[in-house]
Amino acid sequence: MQLTVWTYEGPPHVGAMRVATAMEGVHYVLHAPQGDTYADLLFTMIERRAKRPPVTYTTFQARDLGKDTAELFQTAAREAFERYRPQAMIVGASCTAELIQDDPSGLMQAMQLPIPVIPLELPSYSRKESWGASETFYQIVRTLADRDVRPAPREGRRPRANLLGPTALGFRHRDDVIEITRLLDTMGIDVHCVAPLGASPADIATLGAADFTISLYPETADTAARWLEKTFGQPVVRTVPIGHGATREFIAEVAAAAGVDPAAALDTSHLPWWSRSVDSTYLTAKRVFIFGDATHAIAAARVARDELGFAVVGLGCYNREFARDLRAAAAEHGVEPLITDDYLEVESAIAELQPELVLGTQMERHIAKRLGIPCAVISSPVHVQDFPARYSPQMGFEGANVLFDTWVHPLVMGLEEHLLTMFRDDFEFADNAGASHLGHGKVAGQTPAAVEPAAEQILVEAEAPATGWTPEAERELRKIPFFVRGKARRNTEAYAADHGLPTIGLDTLYDAKAHYAR
Amino acid sequence: MSPAFPLPATSPVDCPPVLRERGQREVFCGLTGIVWLHRKVQDAFFLVVGSRTCAHLLQSAAGVMIFAEPRFGTAIIEERDLAGLADANEELDRVVDRLLVRRPDIKMLFLVGSCPSEVIKLDLSRAAQRLSAKHTPNVRILSYSGSGIETTFTEGEDACLAALVPELAAEPVGAAPALMIVGALPDIVEDQFLRLFAELGIGPVHCLPARKANAMPPVGPNTRFLLAQPFLGATALALEERGATRIESIFPFGAEGTTAWVHAAAQAFGIDEMHFRRVIAPGRERAKRAIEHCREKLEGKRIFFLPDSQLEVPLARFLSNELGMIPVEVGTPYLHRAHLAGELALLPPGTLVSEGQDVDRQLDRVRAERPDLTVCGLGLANPLEAEGLTTKWAIELVFSPIHGFDQAGDLAELFARPLRRRDVLRV
Repeated sequence: MQLTVWTYEGPPHVGAMRVATAMEGVHYVLHAPQGDTYADLLFTMIERRAKRPPVTYTTFQARDLGKDTAELFQTAAREAFERYRPQAMIVGASCTAELIQDDPSGLMQAMQLPIPVIPLELPSYSRKESWGASETFYQIVRTLADRDVRPAPREGRRPRANLLGPTALGFRHRDDVIEITRLLDTMGIDVHCVAPLGASPADIATLGAADFTISLYPETADTAARWLEKTFGQPVVRTVPIGHGATREFIAEVAAAAGVDPAAALDTSHLPWWSRSVDSTYLTAKRVFIFGDATHAIAAARVARDELGFAVVGLGCYNREFARDLRAAAAEHGVEPLITDDYLEVESAIAELQPELVLGTQMERHIAKRLGIPCAVISSPVHVQDFPARYSPQMGFEGANVLFDTWVHPLVMGLEEHLLTMFRDDFEFADNAGASHLGHGKVAGQTPAAVEPAAEQILVEAEAPATGWTPEAERELRKIPFFVRGKARRNTEAYAADHGLPTIGLDTLYDAKAHYAR
Repeated sequence: MSPAFPLPATSPVDCPPVLRERGQREVFCGLTGIVWLHRKVQDAFFLVVGSRTCAHLLQSAAGVMIFAEPRFGTAIIEERDLAGLADANEELDRVVDRLLVRRPDIKMLFLVGSCPSEVIKLDLSRAAQRLSAKHTPNVRILSYSGSGIETTFTEGEDACLAALVPELAAEPVGAAPALMIVGALPDIVEDQFLRLFAELGIGPVHCLPARKANAMPPVGPNTRFLLAQPFLGATALALEERGATRIESIFPFGAEGTTAWVHAAAQAFGIDEMHFRRVIAPGRERAKRAIEHCREKLEGKRIFFLPDSQLEVPLARFLSNELGMIPVEVGTPYLHRAHLAGELALLPPGTLVSEGQDVDRQLDRVRAERPDLTVCGLGLANPLEAEGLTTKWAIELVFSPIHGFDQAGDLAELFARPLRRRDVLRV
């Protein structure tokens, strides 16, 4: 048993729902107890979908267990078929139904519906959401792709690619697809099929007609892409175009696969100039901690180091399926890989490393808030605010623009806070003046400082130096801006330990500062 | 999933016809109750023994609350726990030990059963006994089931409170009659009721659950209890088994509902009628004034309740009697006929009450009726809005303070706001 409060990923049947909900003309019959329908609200609320997910749950209850849950399943499946008339169905069991061992696959075979029915084996007690999505998509492709379809001769037509991987509830999938489709169009390449997002079973049948495959999100697409590569001989483009440099590499790889000239597409994002402009100098060697799904985390690390000039001090992911890739990336950045789905481990790693910026998921956003560190979101799981109304891709050149703004924004805020802290004793900047980005109105008779006295107190208590510090050095430490204070303390203590100094005085503090000066 | 069939009224009172349905149910399971129960009992921890699905559900239902160092968690059953049950018990002990070391402030631990733990027949009541013996007297460990196969949404609170009842101290011999308010209420509402009863001269008054684990009320033959919530069937039964007597009443929603509810207690405690009227008059007047603001928006509007919390019948009664709304269908996941007899009698004639659900068929009825307002869960609200139907998402009715005189206006406003919004939008 694993004690948990927060999970980065849902159970695998939620992954299957993400594929079914992304597609058109597919219906999912899920053998599941009453209550499992909670997952619907992820789609209707977080992603704000205007339709119910195409999922029928058997919602069995205790009194059904003594009787025939298998018949309940068949009735639900039959009624779902008659009501929704899908082109194909997927069927499976959630964690509880897995234990009662009805056989959805056999039961569906016996019903002989006039459409393809794809049974899913999703082991709920050992696998998780993104694995479930990947497996579901693979099974759908394997069952529905027509193996006789091949691309038409190349003469007189543009090359065609399949874009694989985007799903429902995917972080910025909607806009990434638009961005990449536009990019391919400038290169003279058509998108044959986007799947699973927006694809129908009829579309899946024609996957073989494309000249090559683009695996946009390996977490969902990789298994299916490898099968297509083997079955149809379709080359797979595997570079994930997140960041300016990665997008250029992606373009080169696509051009090679399609046999076109990449020059037309080698447009540029604003990122290189924004990053070179003097205003960005203070970004140099900012210590950044990165955590998310492996694909986004690895891409972010590259952008952080090569395109923004940050120092990557921590890199991790929660999906073990891609641990190998993440380890390789961590080695390249010279940091310890952190592969865990326990948010407490992530929290202690962040607390230990004292980064100046955290790039992570919704969970890291809250950890960072607690620790008073600026943060931006780069990966699922995300909350409703990260399914924005505005155009906001992560991929391609516009995606690079979005990344620059999103990541730098909390730092500008951070700088502002720093200035406020430095000048806190000046009356204009007194604590109760509040940060300028938090609005200017004051509650009558109640200063913001009175509303939130706790935060600063906690900060001070949490940072009370360990024994060994002279009161004088301790006071000096407090004068250091809060977001580098932790680092200063660690460095000083390490320096004292290295030099066998029992007490830390003012001199030790400044000796250490000189020693670690970069 | 048999076709829907109407049943004749079975209640002795003049009750509207009840439509009973089986089929797909779009409801939460009882685990969701943890989200508000853990806020109420401040030194209790709720440990779900379940799967990743359970943890994911709590996370989705609790939203941002999950980051406030919540006092709930999930012991996720893994493949190796399924291999042998002995292991599962040892694993559970290990998880509980670790948890209690981390959170020494916890005085009461609930092991909460889920669908997987019930299906593999992991005996949580025995585990609770075993662990209680080990951690006594620092922590009391209880168990109940919040599984979807046994409980729907608010029934999780019922199961939790029913598990508490056998643990309550016996009232001293010859104790004076005491009033017990049963059902977790927001603190502010609880305090309002306590002030009201004190003014009436009713006392002592206890609340179940109490805010602290070691302050749970005593129970015995001199205890009269008043249900604050309509979903507490098992808890009422457990209290009756300990000799307590239920005070029959409708539920304290709106000016009339609250008056009737307090009146029932006043009568049971022999409070002078004139005194009662004097004491409640200010609150009752305030409530009437407050709901009047919404009357214009709500009067004559047709409302359809999908099943969710068992609050549907009392709320439909409030909206029709005090605001002039017309209930088209009042769906409830479970209808406790005895506890709701008074409420059912007050519904307008011809109201269709439905128990259980076949969600697709029920949505067909919603579309055919095209009500002005549909009360439903979050999985259905946006899709119905996209079809041009105005909705009120139901979960808010469980999390917001809605009981009593001083919340009557807020309660009416919850239903008026979606209609107001529909009228102001020009997009």
